[in-house]
Amino acid sequence: MGAPDQRGVKPLPIALAAGAVVLPVAAGLLGTVLPAFGLLPALGGTAFSLDPWRTLLDQPGLAASARLTLGVGFGATALSLLAVTAFCAAFHATRAFRWAQAAMAPVLATPHVAIALGFLALAAPSGLLARMLSPWATGWRQPPDIATTGDPWGLSLTVGLALKEAPYLLLMLGAALNGLPTARLMATARSLGQPAPVAWLKAVFPLAYRQLRLPVLAVLAYALSAVDVALLLGPGSPPPLAVLVVRWVFDPDLSRVFPAAAAACLLLALTACAALMWLAGERAMAALGRRWAGSGRPAGAIGVRLAGLVLPVVLALASLSLLAAALWSVAGPWRFPDALPARLDGAAWSAQAGGLLAPFGITLGAALASTVLALMLSVAALEAVARHGAAARPSWLALTYLPLLVPQAAFLFGVQVALLALGLDGGWAALVWAHLLFVLPYVLLSLRDPWAALDPRLARVAACLGATPNAILLRVKLPVLMRPLLAAAAVGIAVSAGQYLATLFAGGGRMASLATEAVTLASGGDRRVLGVFAVVQAALPLLFYAAALVLPGLVWRRRAGLRGA
Amino acid sequence: MTLTRRALAALAASAALPARAQPGGWDALAARARGQSVAFHAWAGDERTNAFITWTAERVQALHGITLRHVRLRDTGEAVARIVAERAAGREGGGAVDLVWINGPNFLALKQQGFLLRFADALPNFALVDTAGKPATITDFTVPVEGLAAPWRMAQIVFLHDGDRLPAPPRTMRAMADWAAGHQGRLAHPTARNFLGATFLKQALFELTPNPAALARPAGPGLADATAPLWVWYDALRPNLWRAGRQFPENGPATRNLLNDGEIDLMVSFNPAEAATGIAAGLLPPTTRAYVLDGGTIGNASFVAIPTNAAAPEAAQVVADFLLSPEAQAHAQDPAVLGNPTVLDLARLPPAARKLFDDLPRAPGALTPAELGRPLPEPHPSWMTAIAAEWERRTSAG
Repeated sequence: MGAPDQRGVKPLPIALAAGAVVLPVAAGLLGTVLPAFGLLPALGGTAFSLDPWRTLLDQPGLAASARLTLGVGFGATALSLLAVTAFCAAFHATRAFRWAQAAMAPVLATPHVAIALGFLALAAPSGLLARMLSPWATGWRQPPDIATTGDPWGLSLTVGLALKEAPYLLLMLGAALNGLPTARLMATARSLGQPAPVAWLKAVFPLAYRQLRLPVLAVLAYALSAVDVALLLGPGSPPPLAVLVVRWVFDPDLSRVFPAAAAACLLLALTACAALMWLAGERAMAALGRRWAGSGRPAGAIGVRLAGLVLPVVLALASLSLLAAALWSVAGPWRFPDALPARLDGAAWSAQAGGLLAPFGITLGAALASTVLALMLSVAALEAVARHGAAARPSWLALTYLPLLVPQAAFLFGVQVALLALGLDGGWAALVWAHLLFVLPYVLLSLRDPWAALDPRLARVAACLGATPNAILLRVKLPVLMRPLLAAAAVGIAVSAGQYLATLFAGGGRMASLATEAVTLASGGDRRVLGVFAVVQAALPLLFYAAALVLPGLVWRRRAGLRGA
Repeated sequence: MTLTRRALAALAASAALPARAQPGGWDALAARARGQSVAFHAWAGDERTNAFITWTAERVQALHGITLRHVRLRDTGEAVARIVAERAAGREGGGAVDLVWINGPNFLALKQQGFLLRFADALPNFALVDTAGKPATITDFTVPVEGLAAPWRMAQIVFLHDGDRLPAPPRTMRAMADWAAGHQGRLAHPTARNFLGATFLKQALFELTPNPAALARPAGPGLADATAPLWVWYDALRPNLWRAGRQFPENGPATRNLLNDGEIDLMVSFNPAEAATGIAAGLLPPTTRAYVLDGGTIGNASFVAIPTNAAAPEAAQVVADFLLSPEAQAHAQDPAVLGNPTVLDLARLPPAARKLFDDLPRAPGALTPAELGRPLPEPHPSWMTAIAAEWERRTSAG
């Protein structure tokens, strides 16, 4: 136990966590960039070439695909951010705010695919909304010939993404607000004659946004590259860029892999440009905001209150979507424009029971394994920071957020190439590792603040009583942090259960999860079957969320002081 | 090059023959297959086909002790890409795909690469196949199958309409365009990326091209001339399609939903019994009727193939043989299940097996063989590839 040994070991836990993420992402990016320039020996690409780019640029509708991708990316991000910001400005510290936080919990836990399937069942021309309004309000006896989903402008895709991203930003904004002296800031601004919503925007939001920036950029990257939601709600010709990548990767003509890699690179470049544009937009908004705040004009409260109603609409749509999916799963014959099915039956459930079992097992297995791994890596990393401070290299932890900021389609394809080259594709190890890339950052994010907020006196008291650092971790810190640990585990399960592209690429055609099966079946469009898959996919993470809420109370029922920890 | 391949194919055929001649060879193979697990990669967009595969899994487990796992595909290209990628990575065995439902360009691509096992003509039940009366069982899209795939069901284009809303549907592709001009948005076809959407265009090509006989040969320099009338026709039709021809259903079942919801009045289908089975399953209104165009429609057979690097080739062959058994064929022809006509020659069946077919219920909405007529042959796969690419170009451009 000499000092020199210690110095080498201190950064190890964080290096492990960062390496588990950075290595595959880097390998994946390399596996994408090289084929884009003609280099992929397994498929005969042995010389540098610009042909993949020529093929890509000759693709009809490429410009339209790129426009669509940017439109959806900015649209979904701006819509989510505006809805959440206006809502917080209009309703902070009211009952409506707490109500929204409660209503968003199930939506947060539900994977994107399940929400998108539900939105399809709700908003399609023959969906629940049209049925409820027809024919008495609309006069429709047949579903209207209007593209309410899959429209060529990507509007339904934008809304479908916002249904999931707005609640996520609300959660992140709530966490940011907890660390701010909101009441004092508000009191000052109110005393200067500002109405509450305006005061919040001028005094509180600029401070809160600093902590919201990373989540907002993650939302932007996700919206630019989402494949699953785009397959369900987006237009098919021309499709968003990420869909084009996947379509070409799975083309029977394997030479399409090269332009697919070029398209993935283009998506990467677009994402980088979009992020820079967003940051530039932030500056412009900040300048305008400063002038607005400096002017002292109190106007705008009504506009903000009106805009604050967007979020409740979004939350209502998301909840109705889940309801619509559940209704379809038990619907018997249901002709348009009947508001409700002629009768309910369990036919779809009993028909799917056999087919659900295997993907459910794979989803659960991958979720549990990747979450447990992520928890262990996170606890080790955070504990290293707690014990060694700067010597543990806490700044490296930022690297683990990389998978949230790089478009999935841009590096997962390369990951598949690398896995195939190593002979690791299609196994549990590849699947779990691919999921870990996305589970780890979210678990780490959820654990960081509770870990930092832990009362240091507890550990000190235990140390005074002679406990070793490991005993303190196992017998003091982990039990006290049980509630945030379980919450982080639930987040990890939900993130893993929602992984579509990671499962598709790492699963090697052998591992089908609920997410990949649901998207596959969606092409056939039997809404009863889709309803079943949406409900099961939503139920799995919801069960873990419920357990995370209930368990600490049960375990600590005789230790009142720990229940709130 | 071609000669060598032919010689190799002939050699493989003669090598396969003894297996058929000696039942012991097949029994030994079936014995090795027991306990194996088969990954059956099959397009999963149609719930009834999925249910049929589930039933098949139960039967091969009970009869042969084989575990059949349905790997559900969005697009058959996924499995083809997987096989080719594995081969490119040098994986000669233990591949992810044991059995794949395959047709047309996908089959041609794997056949040309030499990635398919020759097995079909050695299957015991292959002797029952009506290769003379149904030549599509040994030629896939004009490409000789040469035992590289086993047929398992017949398909033929029919059109479905709601007998109440549209009592007298158009009987030619030309008439269909005229009808659509007067009924905006009431006709939809799947995207041409899907085989059914591409087949809709091929059916029109048959009617409109100056020389249909040329379609049996690979598309060559005459492609532009041969397809020009098709695109004139399509440019006139497209603005009158569902969603003004800017959005297309993903595939057949998605189009069927539109007909069921009353979003459209007319659709194309590849299953002669689609109306009957759809009505029986509550997926189509009871007033749905099917018909064939004047001049006939394209027909083909669905095939299953085994890649040379399959992990369980023996069990995959046993499953392919089961799909050809009278039991499976009669089950598939049941209008309550799939309704697809059998690939077998009923005259060759023993009486007990034949009774399975005779006992099948006659369903309302089903077409008789006389009504279906003799199917038109599929054009060479290169036409489908060319048409689909051109369609993609035209629709992507807006």
